[in-house]
Amino acid sequence: MATLKQVARWVPSHWGAGHLVLAGFLALLVLAVSPVIKLDLVVNGLFLGAIIGLGAIGLSLVYGILKFAHIGHGDFMTLGAYFALFLLSDLFPRIGLTGAGLGPFTFGYPLLLALPLAMLAMAVVAIALDLGIYRRLRRRGVNPVVLAMASLGVAIALRGVVQIFWGGGTEQYPRVSKLFYRLPMDVRIPPDNLFVGGLTVVLVVALYLFLTRSKMGKAMRATSDNPDLARVSGINTEHILWWTWAIGGALAATAGVLLAVSQAQLVPIMGWRLLIPLFAAVILGGIGNPFGALVGGLIIGVTSEISTQWLNPSYKPAMAFLVMIIMLLFRPRGLFGAKD
Amino acid sequence: MLLEVCDLDAGYGQTQILHGVSIRVDEREIVTIIGPNGSGKSTLLKAITGVVRPTAGRVVFGSDSIAGLSPDRIVRKGISYVPQTENVFPSLTIQENLEMGAFLRRDLGRERLPRIYEMFPDLVSKRGDRASRLSGGQRQMLALARALMLDPTLLLLDEPSAGLAPMMVDGVFDKIAEINQTGVAILIVEQKARRSLQQSHRGYVLATGQTRLEDTGERLLANPEVRRLYLGG
Ligand SMILES: Nc1ncnc2c1ncn2[C@@H]1O[C@H](COP(=O)(O)OP(=O)(O)O)[C@@H](O)[C@H]1O
Ligand SMILES: [Mg+2]
Repeated sequence: MATLKQVARWVPSHWGAGHLVLAGFLALLVLAVSPVIKLDLVVNGLFLGAIIGLGAIGLSLVYGILKFAHIGHGDFMTLGAYFALFLLSDLFPRIGLTGAGLGPFTFGYPLLLALPLAMLAMAVVAIALDLGIYRRLRRRGVNPVVLAMASLGVAIALRGVVQIFWGGGTEQYPRVSKLFYRLPMDVRIPPDNLFVGGLTVVLVVALYLFLTRSKMGKAMRATSDNPDLARVSGINTEHILWWTWAIGGALAATAGVLLAVSQAQLVPIMGWRLLIPLFAAVILGGIGNPFGALVGGLIIGVTSEISTQWLNPSYKPAMAFLVMIIMLLFRPRGLFGAKD
Repeated sequence: MLLEVCDLDAGYGQTQILHGVSIRVDEREIVTIIGPNGSGKSTLLKAITGVVRPTAGRVVFGSDSIAGLSPDRIVRKGISYVPQTENVFPSLTIQENLEMGAFLRRDLGRERLPRIYEMFPDLVSKRGDRASRLSGGQRQMLALARALMLDPTLLLLDEPSAGLAPMMVDGVFDKIAEINQTGVAILIVEQKARRSLQQSHRGYVLATGQTRLEDTGERLLANPEVRRLYLGG
């Protein structure tokens, strides 16, 4: 540890988040064009990172507004993915909606319909859980640890629900295999990842516009800054909580569906397994900063993907954990966290 | 009478802080409440605005009973409140802070914005900056400006001069007088209250959660006991 701290001293203390990210990115680029790191892993790590980022954005928003670590977030992803599975494999075929292999993708157009429905469903589930569980606890004035523990219970319960309906095995969305895109320098990209990247960009831009341009979005940021002042400004903070849960739930559902698409499988533990990367991304980006969480997700995605060059892929969550610990040691407020 | 607080009890959880506090504020008045640290001044303002729920007593604003209402309903009736600390949204821009001040009435907010910038000209050039980048004095001005966005009839100020450089203190109190001249009644709580009492119509002394004295600002300033106990001789 002592040597690590010495290394950290080399980083100029006035360096802002932009400097750090840029420096890291340049270093990565140099390593990637040299033969040390396969560029392929970097590129595909970005797509995995985008999925982690979508989940982490919601987690970070929830933390910013409700001030507790929502452990159920990974299983929001799972439930969202399985809800889409229910639509794609059960409901849609009954009304004649089938298909796979749309354009370059493995999935069909029904997924484009199932995704928004899954987002909506998880938005509703998230709000319902708040009304049924978290709000009751809040009203009793319990501390954030109790809320986090309750959300651990929610996580386990949601996974239980998935296992009741689908069992513990693996499932798949209807799909047809497609060839990977081959780019120079041995970079191979599954076409579905373009969908992952494109959708992430669209959603992040939409969220950015919502938070900076709309009245409700600004009120969300205000509530995250200072809930008491928000209330005496006339903002109904209960409504803000509903918006927060709705956005967090919808983004988690998206992340879950994209994960199921890009990994070509669903397992009941898929979201739970991503919980450490999610929290690592949130901490990396600065707790409560949604766009920091996205950058954090990208960093976690790339790091854990690169690690598979030398380590067994089952160590990916451990890599996320390592990055998180390093961040907490040297810059606990995260890359983009406010200075206290 | 604009605001009447009668035998008000309030506190946090099991701890009762206010024990039967009674005060009133008339229209267009400046009223100052002084009292030692921890006497419950901030708690009183929080109880009036609904941040803390009163456990007994009456709060009447205009002709409405407002005790027990949520803060957003109370703001809607025309009471704005500037807390002692953390009274701006640090990560929001100056302009966004002001917009949040008018959250309940965006139409009114749009109309008020030029007027508010006129009253606080220093904020104009900084309208796109985050509030966290303001100095202490500027931040206090922004807090006042935010509270004025809904065109309130009563403004509650919690130690508006606390932690400010002496030069800034004058600026804040001049601004308070200016706001009062536009017809807004103002209730100020202060620990170091000489400056505040000088420009108040009336004042109260609050100690251990109870109102001890009520008088005009001048007479409280002249009262030897008040001087000895609360104004530092
Ligand atoms: N959020 C709170 N929870 C519990 N006790 C509090 C809280 N805020 C203030 N108090 C207590 O209430 C009493 C009065 O505080 P306050 O109203 O802030 O006094 P003043 O503003 O006159 O200095 C103090 O004893 C203080 O410790
Ligand atoms: Mg106080």
